[in-house]
Amino acid sequence: MNIEKVLTGEKDEKLFLLGNEATVRGALESGVQVAATYPGTPSSEIGDVFSKIAKQAGVYFEFSINEKVAMEVAAAASASGLRSFTFMKHVGLNVASDSFMSLVYTGVNGGMVVLSADDPSMFSSQNEQDNRNYARLANLPMLEPSNPQEIKDLMKYGFELSEKFKLPVMIRTTTRVSHMRGMVKFDTVNRKKEKGFFHRDPERFVPVPETARIMHKELVEKMEKIKDKSENSVYNKIYNNDADIGIITSGSAFNYVMDILDQHKIKANVLKVTFSYPFPEKLVLKFLKSVKDIVVVEEVDPVMEKEVLTILGKYGIKRNVHGKLDGTLPMIYEYSPDIIVNSFNKIYEPKIPRNKVFKSKVRVPKRPPTLCPGCPHRAVYYNIKTVLDDLNIKDPIYPTDIGCYTLGIEAPYESADYLLSMGSSIGTSCGFSKATNQVVISFIGDSTFFHAGIPPLINAVHNKNNFLLVILDNRTTAMTGGQPHPGLPVDGMGDAAPEISIEKIVKATGVQNIKTINPLNIRTSREIFKEALEYQGVSVVISKYPCMLIKNQFKKKQIKLEVKENKCRECLYCLENLACPAIFLSDNGSVKIDGLQCKGCTVCKQICPEQVIKVRK
Amino acid sequence: MEPYNIYISGVGGQGIIKTSIIIGEAAINTGFDVVMSEIHGMAQRGGGVSTELKIGHAKSPIIQDGGADLLIAFEPLEALRALSKLSSSTYMVVNNSTIMPFNILKSNIPYPDVKTIFDQLKSVSSNLMVLNADEIAKSVGNILSLNMVMLGGALAVPDFPVDKNSIIEAMKDNLPEKTLEINIEALNQGFKLFSI
Repeated sequence: MNIEKVLTGEKDEKLFLLGNEATVRGALESGVQVAATYPGTPSSEIGDVFSKIAKQAGVYFEFSINEKVAMEVAAAASASGLRSFTFMKHVGLNVASDSFMSLVYTGVNGGMVVLSADDPSMFSSQNEQDNRNYARLANLPMLEPSNPQEIKDLMKYGFELSEKFKLPVMIRTTTRVSHMRGMVKFDTVNRKKEKGFFHRDPERFVPVPETARIMHKELVEKMEKIKDKSENSVYNKIYNNDADIGIITSGSAFNYVMDILDQHKIKANVLKVTFSYPFPEKLVLKFLKSVKDIVVVEEVDPVMEKEVLTILGKYGIKRNVHGKLDGTLPMIYEYSPDIIVNSFNKIYEPKIPRNKVFKSKVRVPKRPPTLCPGCPHRAVYYNIKTVLDDLNIKDPIYPTDIGCYTLGIEAPYESADYLLSMGSSIGTSCGFSKATNQVVISFIGDSTFFHAGIPPLINAVHNKNNFLLVILDNRTTAMTGGQPHPGLPVDGMGDAAPEISIEKIVKATGVQNIKTINPLNIRTSREIFKEALEYQGVSVVISKYPCMLIKNQFKKKQIKLEVKENKCRECLYCLENLACPAIFLSDNGSVKIDGLQCKGCTVCKQICPEQVIKVRK
Repeated sequence: MEPYNIYISGVGGQGIIKTSIIIGEAAINTGFDVVMSEIHGMAQRGGGVSTELKIGHAKSPIIQDGGADLLIAFEPLEALRALSKLSSSTYMVVNNSTIMPFNILKSNIPYPDVKTIFDQLKSVSSNLMVLNADEIAKSVGNILSLNMVMLGGALAVPDFPVDKNSIIEAMKDNLPEKTLEINIEALNQGFKLFSI
C-alpha cells in the first residue's frame, strides 16, 4: 500500500493499516490542523506518516526538539482554536509532563488529543511505566483502544470530547496496539480552517497561584461531568453471557481474553473498559453485582484492579477479585494468550487445555541487535578503547544516552555504563566527575543532544567538571527510523530549514576544548581523543559522519573491501575488536568480508595488524 | 473460520515485515479478516525479527505456543528460536542460508550445526521444506528478492489460504515497480521448488 492512501483513501474504503497509520487517519478525519511530536518507538510511525502527507493534507506538522516543546506547540494551537495533536512514547510524556500538568488547568479551545504509546515488556524502551497513571495524576479523560480501527474511532471521539469540555483528552496505546495491523474502514477526511486566533484571557491561560486555584476547582468540576460520559460510553461494552465469572479488561489484554474465551467456549461476562478515566464507577458496580467472581486482566500496573477494590469497599460488596494483587496474573511485562490461559488455570476448573510446547534440545544463542556495518559509532568505540589502553587508563566510566549507540553495551565495545533518560549522559557525567577520580567519557547522539543535552552541558562548564563528551553526530535520529532534527537543513514537512550548528552551541556553553572529527579516520581520531583525554575540564569531541541507513548517500561509486587471499594469519583482531557484521569466519576458518554487507568504511583496513585487507577491485 | 496462523521470523533487514504485509493484504483482498503483529525499532540493527499473522476470525494477532499453522523462517537459527510456536502439524518453510549473530565469537553458546537445527525441526513436524533462498535470489538477479523466494515456497504449502495471483497483486501495491519483475521471478522460483 502506498502510504499516501492514509490521506487519499476514500469513505468506506478498507485498508490494512498499522495502528500508527490508523492514528493519522483518525486525526485527518477529525480535521486536525497542527500536529507535533518527538520521535519515539512505539509511536514513531505516526510522525513518519504525518511527515509524508502533512503538506498535501494542509496540516502543519513538526518534529519538535523534544516532547515538552511538542506539547506546548499543540497546546498553543489549541488555545488559538485549532484542533491539535501531540503524540509520543510513554517516557516522552515524562519530558512533556511539566507543561502537561498545567495544561489540564488552563484547558483548551480547539480539540486536543495527547497520545501516549506505552511499551509493556520494553521492546524499545528503558522502562515500562504505565501511563494510565498520568490520567490520574493530571486528571484528564483517557481512552484505551484495542486495535487499529478503534484507534481511528477514538481519535475522532477524543477530539469531540476535548472540544466539548475544553480539556485535552489522552489516548493510551501499547506496542501491541500501535504495531498491530488490521483492517480499518475509512470515513471522510475533514479539512478545517488553517489559522486560528488567540483571544487573550489571562485568567484562563496564566496559572499563577490566584488563577490556578480557580482553575483546579474548574478542572474537578469538568471531570465530574465527564464521568457521566464514561459511565454511559458506547466504548465501554459489556459482553453478557449470564455467567458467574466477570472479566474486566482493556487494550490488548481484551483481545487475548476474547480469543481464549471464544476458542475454548468458556462462559464469562466481559466488561471492556475503553473510556477508562474517569473510571466508570456505576457501570462497573452494576457489572460487579451481576457476577460472583471477578478477574481483572490489564497490562502493567494493577490500575483497574485497585479501582474495582475501591468500589467494592465503598459499597460494602463482597466478591473474589483475581488479578495482579493476588498473584493470579503477572505483575510486570505484557500479556499474551498463553499467559491468560495459565492464569485462568490457576483459579478455575476445568483447566483450559494447552498445546504441547516443544523446546529446543540444543541451546539457542541470542541474536541481539548491533551497530550496522559501516556505522560510524563502531569506529568511535574502537578509537576510544584503544586510546585508553595506550594511556593506561583503568576503570573509565561511560555514561551513555538514548539512541543506537546504547548498543555499545554489548561486547566488544562495552562502552555503556550508566543510563537514565534522554540527556542523562551529560548530567550524570557531572555527578561522576565530582564523585570519583575516574576518567569519565560520555556519549550522546545529535538528536538527543538537541533534545536534552544543552542545559546539562552548561551545568558541566559552570560547575567546573572534568570529563570528555563525545557527540555522535550521525546526521539523523537514527534509532527511530531516520527523522530530521534541528541540526539538519530540512524540517519535518520536508522543507528547507536553518541548520543549527552543534559546534556553535557547544562553544556558546563555554566549552573551551572542542574538536570535530571524521571517526572513520582512525589515526587522526585517536590523536584527538588522546588530547581530549589529557585536557583538564570539559572537552567535547563531535564525531561527525552520516548514518549508513540514510538513503542515497552513496551516489558516488561505493568501495568494498576484501581480505587478501592466503595472506591473513587469522589473528582475528578485526573480528574481536570491531565485531562488524560484514566480517565473518568462513567454514574453513578463514576471515572473509561479505561484499553485500560491507559499506566500505575502511576501518578494518586501517586497523588490520597484518595489513591484509584491501579494496576490492 | 478458525484462524490460519503464520509465524514469520528472520533477521532485521531480510524483508520480513514487507513479506507479511503482502500476505496480509492479499488475504484481505481474498475476503478474509486479518490481524498482524510486527515489532519495529531496534530490531533493524541485525537483531532477530518476527511477525505474527492470523487470517480468519481473531482479535489478537499473537499466536499461542504450539499454535502456528505455518512457519516461514528466513534463517535457520531463527526457525529454531520459533520452536515453541510449532506443533506436529505445522508446515515449516526454512531458508538454509545462515547469518551469524554479530557477537557469536564472544557468546558462550555456539551457533548450532545446521543439520542439528533441521533435525530439531523435523523432530517436531515432518512438514519441513528447506530451500536456499539466498542462492535462488542471487540467481534471479538480486539478493534482496530472497523474501519473495521464501513467500513463493510458502505458497506451495497445502492449505495456504491465499492464491498466487492475489499475492502478485499485493506485491504490485507494495514493491517498487522497477524491481517487480525480478521479485515475481523470485516468487515463481520459490514456488516451483515445492509445487507438485
